Amino acid sequence: MSEVRFTDQHEWVRIDGDSATVGITKYAAEQLGDVVFVEVPEAGRNIGAGGEAAVVESVKAASEVYAPIGGEVTEGNTALADDPAKVNADPEGEGWFFKMKIADKGELAKLMTADQYAEFVKGL
Amino acid sequence: MVPFAGYEMPVQYPAGILKEHLHTREKAGLFDVSHMGQAFLDGDDPAAALEHVTPADVRGLKEGMQRYGLLLNDEGTIKDDFMFSRLAGERAMYIVVNAGTKEGDYAYMAGKFGGSAKITTRFDRALLALQGPAAEAVLARHAPAAAGLTFMKVARMDVAGCPAIVSRSGYTGEDGYEISIEGTDGEKVARALLGEPEVMPIGLGARDSLRLEAGLCLYGHDIDETVNPIEANLTWSVGKRRKMDKDFPAAEKIMDALFNGTAKKRVGILPDGRAPAREGTGIADKSGRVIGTITSGGFGPSLNAPVAMGYVETEFANDGTAIDLIVRGKPMPAKVAPMPFFPHRYKRAN
Repeated sequence: MSEVRFTDQHEWVRIDGDSATVGITKYAAEQLGDVVFVEVPEAGRNIGAGGEAAVVESVKAASEVYAPIGGEVTEGNTALADDPAKVNADPEGEGWFFKMKIADKGELAKLMTADQYAEFVKGL
Repeated sequence: MVPFAGYEMPVQYPAGILKEHLHTREKAGLFDVSHMGQAFLDGDDPAAALEHVTPADVRGLKEGMQRYGLLLNDEGTIKDDFMFSRLAGERAMYIVVNAGTKEGDYAYMAGKFGGSAKITTRFDRALLALQGPAAEAVLARHAPAAAGLTFMKVARMDVAGCPAIVSRSGYTGEDGYEISIEGTDGEKVARALLGEPEVMPIGLGARDSLRLEAGLCLYGHDIDETVNPIEANLTWSVGKRRKMDKDFPAAEKIMDALFNGTAKKRVGILPDGRAPAREGTGIADKSGRVIGTITSGGFGPSLNAPVAMGYVETEFANDGTAIDLIVRGKPMPAKVAPMPFFPHRYKRAN
């Protein structure tokens, strides 16, 4: 059973053992509008928690995607370069941005659960 | 909804910017542009008065025609851009300026005109733009006379039973109309047009991407009081007679710029990759030296590629010149490109 956590920057992170998959939330995708460009990190890059990891641009604006936790990138979702609309169509599934090897599982405790994130979004 | 020039404006309707943009190019989009500054200019010779503040040929404009003009300050830089019309059988001219500058523009004009012409602002009037290849068929159902207009023609007629000033113009590069009506008739006319199957409401976001693909300037971004008409590459809006008579603001300076060139020039820019370059992005030559700035940039849905415009040092202004755009600190290759990026599809006479 994988566990999903959320950041106040609207990233989600799915934990499978010591591997994490990161993307932007449905709320973030809706706020951005039609996504037209995505730049994902290359495998091998080390990123600290909160570090700039990817770029997502919609017809409206550009924004950064931050690493919810620290670790080494193992794979970027290169399919998004050809089909950035996947981010809108399935933000919390096929529209994932990158996978990383978790450096410190302790960092997960600082992130929100699905319920906490839902409450957080309600307050925006 | 976002604040825009003192109005609450929708960036997009539920369809979203991308669909709204493509729908306008495929069928028809309705834009509520009632925030723009409408006015009538009357007097013994309102055209002559207007020529004190613009290099456009106003006096030469025929009845039933509309034209684009630049409002210049005494230094010859651009205070605003606007449309002016001479309605058949009417002495007063009909003018539309930008929303964010409307109060200042008319105060400036009033000062320049003295008592020679009287401005009556009509900010209470509504203005709707119906744009796209289906615009003629749609509007003709509510105003049969609209089909008889060609590009830049203007006439009074009833639209959905409401008295209107209709011009065959717009700011998307598409065929279409701008419809000026009493504010109290705005909702009725808008609902009548939105009731047609081809028509979708369009927000500010798609209005911006449509005009950018069409290579049209957005005031306050691509043109402002730091540039003159020659630098802005809007020389075509300076009337032939006006160039000979040199009787417009800072005419000597502008004619000198026209004959001897300017240090910078507005150009179209196509990034090589898929990353959009936004307003404020630096432009560098291939050695890394900064040679200009992007003034409008984003994604062009009809081109399915990023598009931009900006100012570069004139030696880099030729089409095809390889440049770099500094996006997130990294040089991104791009080329200077001719505009419009998406061909204009106006319905011209003949």
